[in-house]
Amino acid sequence: MHDPLPLLRLLPSPAALLADGLWRVVSLQDYNTRIVLMGTILLGIGAGLLGVYLLLRRRVLIGDAISHATLPGVAAAYLWTASAGGDKSLFMLLIGAAVSGSLGGMAVLALRHMARIREDAALGIVLSVFFGAGVALVSLVQQVPGGNAAGLEGFIYGKTASMTSEDVWLNGSASCLVILAIVCFGKELKLLCFDAELARSQGWPVLTLDTLLIFLVVAVTIVGLQAVGLILIIALLVIPAASARFWTHDLNKLLLISALIGAVSCALGTLLSAAYASLPSGATIVLSGCALFAFSFAFGLEGGVVWQVVRRQQLRREQEFQHLLRAAFEILEDSGELPEPTVSLKSSRPIAIEAIGQLRGWTQRDTRLLAQQMAKAGLVVLDRHMQLQLTPRGFLQALGTVRDHRLLEQYMIEEIAAPVGAADRGADYFEHGLLPEHLAWLEHSLTAEGVRALPPSPHQLNVNVHESQDTPSPGDSETGKKPE
Amino acid sequence: MMGQPEPSPLNPLPLSIRDVTVAYHRKPVLWNVALDIPTGSLVGLVGPNGAGKSTLLKTIVDMIPRVSGEVLVFGQPYRKVRERVAYVPQRESVDWDFPATALDVVLMGTYGQLGWFRRVGAKERFAALEALRKMEIEHLAQRQISQLSGGQQQRTFLARALVQHADLYLMDEPFAAVDASTERAIVTLMRELQTQGKTIVVVHHDLHTVPTYFDYVVLLNLRLVAAGATEEVFTETFLQKTYGGKLTLLDEVGEAMRLRARS
Repeated sequence: MHDPLPLLRLLPSPAALLADGLWRVVSLQDYNTRIVLMGTILLGIGAGLLGVYLLLRRRVLIGDAISHATLPGVAAAYLWTASAGGDKSLFMLLIGAAVSGSLGGMAVLALRHMARIREDAALGIVLSVFFGAGVALVSLVQQVPGGNAAGLEGFIYGKTASMTSEDVWLNGSASCLVILAIVCFGKELKLLCFDAELARSQGWPVLTLDTLLIFLVVAVTIVGLQAVGLILIIALLVIPAASARFWTHDLNKLLLISALIGAVSCALGTLLSAAYASLPSGATIVLSGCALFAFSFAFGLEGGVVWQVVRRQQLRREQEFQHLLRAAFEILEDSGELPEPTVSLKSSRPIAIEAIGQLRGWTQRDTRLLAQQMAKAGLVVLDRHMQLQLTPRGFLQALGTVRDHRLLEQYMIEEIAAPVGAADRGADYFEHGLLPEHLAWLEHSLTAEGVRALPPSPHQLNVNVHESQDTPSPGDSETGKKPE
Repeated sequence: MMGQPEPSPLNPLPLSIRDVTVAYHRKPVLWNVALDIPTGSLVGLVGPNGAGKSTLLKTIVDMIPRVSGEVLVFGQPYRKVRERVAYVPQRESVDWDFPATALDVVLMGTYGQLGWFRRVGAKERFAALEALRKMEIEHLAQRQISQLSGGQQQRTFLARALVQHADLYLMDEPFAAVDASTERAIVTLMRELQTQGKTIVVVHHDLHTVPTYFDYVVLLNLRLVAAGATEEVFTETFLQKTYGGKLTLLDEVGEAMRLRARS
């Protein structure tokens, strides 16, 4: 057979190489890959869970400030151990990171409470000042003998390759800490995030709970430094939680989904980075998370953009169905050929769809397409000569639509003195928003003697009131309110 | 109110505010407010924008520090009688897009009594559903709060206050931007609470409805203008004093103090 992609045959070796590398990684043949994978997945779970609370407390950026604030601690700890003659120890570096990260977090809270600085400004100041100090200290480290090999850059951009089983334990403990806090203080944290004022009035220590959140962020950040680096750790805190928001409105499910997305993006990122050794893991983890976010953003069941567009189009089609039904109904009414629902209900006489299109200001093609869709829905019957008959079901639906329209018209004319034409256009726009309770109210408030099954139209039906417009826009409703 | 027993150590007033002054960065928001609220009254707290009405409620529940003065709730400092007080913040003070159902929000009212570590159980759930039923939105218990109308959200907030089984209710603008039927439901609820001997203090904006809704009125504009039975206090003269211009001198001095503190 003819090969549709001859180019591929020219490049067999890299593809084969990549596939081979990928297979080795995916099948977890390397001990090291297994370790790193386990470590980053644990990190993703912890960060995903914590991120939900940060997001709901609107404190996401404090994670960024804290992670940047860890750098001076790392560098200072290195300098200190070096000057004491000791070796570089990961433990000391992480202690340093924890101390300066906590200081950074506290500085944000303090700036906001004491000096009346807005939160965003406080975050910006703390982030940049601490990071600046960190950069200065790192350059000092590089002047120390052996400092070049200290590999502190790994903390900035992340370097999973150097992870050991010790790190897996660390990541696991940080995640356990987060889970423990959620199990113990779930209800308090929920209250804090939803209504801090109520929390305060019930006597909960709001500042202490906020501080707890900050310490959890510190814990997750310092263990995450190795995997994704301090610049990108914020992504692990915010992206899973923000993605999960597109799937559920339930806090417990939100936590689970966020943890899952965090774990999956960490796993994907680690595998990618292991397969293509030149890609830093921090970047691949963030990009994997971003892909999951994009998917959630588009297809999430709770507010995914694609479904929103679909829903909007459904609504639009429904409205156009109603407009067509009403137009057909009024043509029949005008010529005195309405079926009598109480006597016998059968399909109406055929109406040329041109007449309907003319009444609504639609092009012939649009009208035909719409009529075909409605024929599929069983509301009308369409014959070869483009003649349309309302089926009994279509007729009853049309009756309801016309009735809603006229009640609303009458309301606009009686209550806000709208001119007849404006009332018709206004009703055209607003009728789709009518809820049963609105109708009930209209029926009772408009006329003392009660509303007839089919109120008469306030305007002549054969008068073309839709000269220049096809579908009404919000602007039309404005004119519907104000008498010209 | 008439017919009420005299306040005594055994039967203290639900709310007694003594010379309270509150300042935000040295600019006074409440100045020397002294106020006694009799047991079982339905109080309208009325005054222009920025008069310190919300601040007064927040001061009572220890949310805002006082410069001076004392607030006694049932004869004691607030922190000792928290369980007997239900505070209803303004509806706009929270994010209604929060992932929670109406029932979840109402259950938060029970957290104070539950305390640390204890979880919501069947008893709390039952109480919450009962409160939702009282507010006529029991059928919305499992509805996401973002899907509730403004009036339904306010009802949820009031149901949350109801489960606290308090004796003193402090409500910050419960009538703001609610539909007519919710307004009626809130009034009915307040009357019912009153017949149970509870005391209700409501920040209110709509002057027209004050005489029909409340039997006790507090007029506030930075300082206390007047407080007492509605027919005595809700008069042209007092309203003029409340709304007719601010205390210019105090206001200017306050502003000057704020500026000096900053320079």
